[in-house]
Amino acid sequence: MSTFEFDGNEVPFREGQTVAGALIAAGRRTWRTTPRGGRSRGVFCGIGVCFDCLIEADGVSNQRACLLVATESLVVRTQAGVGRP
Amino acid sequence: MSSVTRVVVVGAGIIGASCAYYAARSGLDVTVIDRGGVAGGTTGAGEGNLLVSDKGPGPELELALRSLDLWVELGAELGTASFELEHKGGLVVASSDAAMTALQEFAATQHDAGVACENVSPRELAELEPWIAEDVAGGVLYPADAQVQPGLAAARLLEAAVALGADLRLGEECVALRTAGGSVQAVITRSGVIETGFVVNAGGPWAGALADLWDLPLPIHPRRGFVLVTEPLPPVIRHKVYSADYVANVTSGSEELETSTVVEGTPSGTVLIGASRERVGFSDEWDPGVVQRLAERAVALFPPLARVGLMRTYHGFRPYCPDHLPVVGLDSRMQGVLHASGHEGAGIVLAPATGELVTQLITDEQPAGYAGALSPDRLTLVAS
Repeated sequence: MSTFEFDGNEVPFREGQTVAGALIAAGRRTWRTTPRGGRSRGVFCGIGVCFDCLIEADGVSNQRACLLVATESLVVRTQAGVGRP
Repeated sequence: MSSVTRVVVVGAGIIGASCAYYAARSGLDVTVIDRGGVAGGTTGAGEGNLLVSDKGPGPELELALRSLDLWVELGAELGTASFELEHKGGLVVASSDAAMTALQEFAATQHDAGVACENVSPRELAELEPWIAEDVAGGVLYPADAQVQPGLAAARLLEAAVALGADLRLGEECVALRTAGGSVQAVITRSGVIETGFVVNAGGPWAGALADLWDLPLPIHPRRGFVLVTEPLPPVIRHKVYSADYVANVTSGSEELETSTVVEGTPSGTVLIGASRERVGFSDEWDPGVVQRLAERAVALFPPLARVGLMRTYHGFRPYCPDHLPVVGLDSRMQGVLHASGHEGAGIVLAPATGELVTQLITDEQPAGYAGALSPDRLTLVAS
């Protein structure tokens, strides 16, 4: 099975699966912390509307994990607080 | 007859919440009703601007200056963090030398009326706002301008009013007034009757419809505006920044679409982009043309925004009054009826002083000096 990198670990994914889907399948529930309270966030709506599941992918922050299709070369990281402009 | 005067406030937006808070604080027996929820209309669809910078000398500016003092007091009483009160200052920018001259002349009249402001050179602008476009001709900084999260502010004021004994009834719609001998007797709702000597129309853009229902017509109309919300960013836009043509748009009576550029960050990191004005009734139709225009103009003012994604847009309806003044005061056509609406896009900043004035009029205290100019009986309103 193909994998992508998440916080230095390999996460397996199926062809066409989103980053959020693969992370949840791997047992991971959250991949962002809120700007003020530092509380954990993961998927809420799961359809690209709520912007709760933001993640940093290939150095670009504020990507929606629920819409981002996983690829072999992808490097994603937990997003702490607001993204980088 | 109870010895405590009862007041029913219709509307749980920022105006109704302020009226309830100040009335409860002065010992009145307050009931707030709203057909929906707290801040479910205009208040929840705003940006939370507390601006003196966009107001020329006159009664609205006096109301705003008084209100800003009260906002500072409210922050101390209720906790600034509980409604995200930020004294960030406003920065009005001009795109040309001619616009800069006009802006400076306007600012001079405001300065004479007690508004703190200072001219800012393009070089200083770049220090105040690192993302701002290089071709901006200059600006004026207004340190008193501030910002709140309006939904939280309304909720916090209502919470404080309830703690003082007010009764808050949501999902309760006013369907009629019971009157006798030219005086209010009771507010009739879908679920019952609330006996009262005073009723406050705090219906925002629906205040005109409510006044019609009470057979006391009032020329309040909705004026729609869109707000764009970006993805969350670190604090890159530090002030409330807007283009000088915003003031001209606010004071215009045109029914046509008008846009100016208003940009500010929020504590959660999102950047809010406005402002459009159009008279299209209560239309909920999403308009990509308006959204595109607002986005283009924001990028022209802050070029790095071109790389920033939009999360969503929302729209709301400002309570527009043809003579561009709020309508606050007793209705001489019916004893016990007060109106508190017509604040257009300035309802958040003007709310505390509006609540204070309404309370002064009910308790028969000496009202503030601007009371006459804001009265529902004023000639400019009767003629419109």
